[in-house]
Amino acid sequence: MENAALIQTKDLVKIYPMGSHELVALNNVNLDFKKGEFAGLVGPSGSGKTTLLNIVGSLDSPTRGSAIVMGKKVEELSHKQAARLRNSHIGFIFQTFNLLPVYTVFENVEFPLLLLGFSPAERKRLVMEALDWVRLADRARSRPAQLSGGESQRVAIARAIVKKPAIILADEPTANLDAENSHNVLQIMEELNQETGTTFIFATHDEKVISYLRRKITLIDGRVVRDEVMTPERQPEAKAQAQAQAQAQAKPSPGRTEQAEETGGPGGTGTRGGSGGRR
Amino acid sequence: MIKFLLKGILRDRSRSLFPFLTVTIGVMLTVFLYCYIKGAESNFIESSARFSTGHVKIMSRAYAAEADQIPNDLAYVGVESLLLELRQEFPDMVWTPRIRFGGLLDIPDEAGETRSQGTVAGLAVDLFGSDSPERLIINIEKAVVSGHLPRKQGEILISADLATTLDVRPGDTATLIGSTMHGSMAITNFTVAGTIRFGVTAMDRGAVLADIHDIQEALDMEDAAGEILGFYRGFIYKDKDAEDMASRFNARHHGQGESDEFLPVMVTLKNQSGLADLLAMMGMFSSVVVLIFVAAMSIVLWNAGLMGSLRRYGEIGVRLAMGEDKGHLYRSLIAESMLIAVFGTIAGTTVGVAIAYYIQVHGIDISSFMKSSSLMVTDVLRAQVTPVSFVIGFLPGLGATFIGTSISGIGIYRRKTSTLMKELE
Ligand SMILES: Nc1ncnc2c1ncn2[C@@H]1O[C@H](COP(=O)(O)OP(=O)(O)OP(=O)(O)O)[C@@H](O)[C@H]1O
Ligand SMILES: [Mg+2]
Repeated sequence: MENAALIQTKDLVKIYPMGSHELVALNNVNLDFKKGEFAGLVGPSGSGKTTLLNIVGSLDSPTRGSAIVMGKKVEELSHKQAARLRNSHIGFIFQTFNLLPVYTVFENVEFPLLLLGFSPAERKRLVMEALDWVRLADRARSRPAQLSGGESQRVAIARAIVKKPAIILADEPTANLDAENSHNVLQIMEELNQETGTTFIFATHDEKVISYLRRKITLIDGRVVRDEVMTPERQPEAKAQAQAQAQAQAKPSPGRTEQAEETGGPGGTGTRGGSGGRR
Repeated sequence: MIKFLLKGILRDRSRSLFPFLTVTIGVMLTVFLYCYIKGAESNFIESSARFSTGHVKIMSRAYAAEADQIPNDLAYVGVESLLLELRQEFPDMVWTPRIRFGGLLDIPDEAGETRSQGTVAGLAVDLFGSDSPERLIINIEKAVVSGHLPRKQGEILISADLATTLDVRPGDTATLIGSTMHGSMAITNFTVAGTIRFGVTAMDRGAVLADIHDIQEALDMEDAAGEILGFYRGFIYKDKDAEDMASRFNARHHGQGESDEFLPVMVTLKNQSGLADLLAMMGMFSSVVVLIFVAAMSIVLWNAGLMGSLRRYGEIGVRLAMGEDKGHLYRSLIAESMLIAVFGTIAGTTVGVAIAYYIQVHGIDISSFMKSSSLMVTDVLRAQVTPVSFVIGFLPGLGATFIGTSISGIGIYRRKTSTLMKELE
């Protein structure tokens, strides 16, 4: 069971009708994700990254083909069943943090557990554990408005992990963060992945995110064009490089986001990943 | 979850304040109007009972059939024995005979020529009987404007308005010109002892109040009376009980020969002169008021709900993405509004009852509206706070909130999860 795919897509196609013609957002995508992966979908804007995360996250269903998540065929789930799948097995992290402003940090993280019907004692234990993970235990009583962007995203991470889901899907999680906070958040996610075995799948343009990935899947026009394993040896090097880069940039213009420079074309993503794809 | 919702409501004023105020104001108006209508209704019942209908009334069948025309030729004969029987059989009630009469009141000058003249609506009650309850029932002492109460036979009271029109003062002589029970003309001289005002426009317009024995004599109605009124001792009308009593009485006086139109018949307060219709109408009016408030508040709260969903678009999105079931989310929004509605209803009821209570104590003068009315209503209308006043507001408060939120929340079911990721970017 350990090695069985947690997520599997088979000839996955997603087509959006656009008036007279059709827009093929995903074109025969065949991918497997196993427990404990730290993978990223990269590719230019409009290449279908978000669309794929949506389907894997059971927020949307495929036009053709199949997406099997935790043994369930997404295309066959009712709204209610899809909600149940998300509720118990999938955590989401978004570009904007989307914390509920009237609730404290603690309550925001507690919310998914309320939905799952945990007892108050269990909730308290799990929330504090999650907040410990993101190093915000001392901010449990703060309101989202009192937090920095990095802290907010860490709360969002805590909210995603608190119910100990098998899968965490993160769409551009660093897009609203500066370099330092991006690394901070990424390191936390990496630790979580390594210590809890939670599977992470990102959709990103961000080099910093990419430098942490252990698997990089490149999409262009809805097709998987490359699926690479990032070797552990090279990884710290790339990370250090990215970190140094970030530090250099952080000083002259701290407010600058990393996304701005990641406008390179489809070829740009493959430059540092020398090794071949999986298939 | 309730605790979670409560926290949200209490911390986010913009979420709760507007619906809260809507509910508070709507409930306040409903409660107040309800109390006001109740006050009008009981005022009406009470005035009617005192001056016209009693809690129950006994007439001859023939008289009852044309009671509006005060057909004294059909009056019940044998009042004394019937009274004895009634007092024995229904000791909880106070029984008292009355005669209504119409006629001309002629005021002569020193020479005996007519100085002024007016039509009058007369009421004859037992003014002098030692155990007569009438002084209390129609509250004559309080009604006296000038002069004094009749002290001996042959003295009458006339309404202050009529006294002004006819230019009569206490001590003057007034001649009543009417018709006897047998249809011949009756002319009787009385002395005006004083003038009165009951504060019931229908009574005050052209009233003459006389002693029943004087009128029996004047109109040739020996041992006869148009009506025998029965009152509950606590002066509280009990409709159900009155119905029972009437049917028992009528069943008994039925057996003695159906065709006898001079047999007595007992009619309850509600079944006289369209009172039941009027009370039903008031009840319907109350329902309509509540319905209108429910409808208006529902629309306002529906819009408030839509605005709230718009403002909380992100929150709803995250909750759906997290895997909260749409039905659960929908119900939690309704539960949240219902919590606000409970607070609003309590606040609205408190304020509404407080205002109603103020008006119960102080009253509103409506005499200007009652100029041409024949309703037995006192000119000062008072609201009435009843136990129902405290719960009536929950109907529009909770009902409208439920309807409004249920409609506005339907949007959740139309929200597509497939676009959540994009919306939350
Ligand atoms: N709901 C939709 N209706 C119509 N077209 C859509 C819809 N969602 C996405 N698309 C289209 O599908 C394609 C893939 O979109 P998607 O959002 O997956 O790209 P992406 O790789 O996430 O891009 P980005 O990096 O800009 O976020 C795009 O051309 C987009 O315009
Ligand atoms: Mg995207």
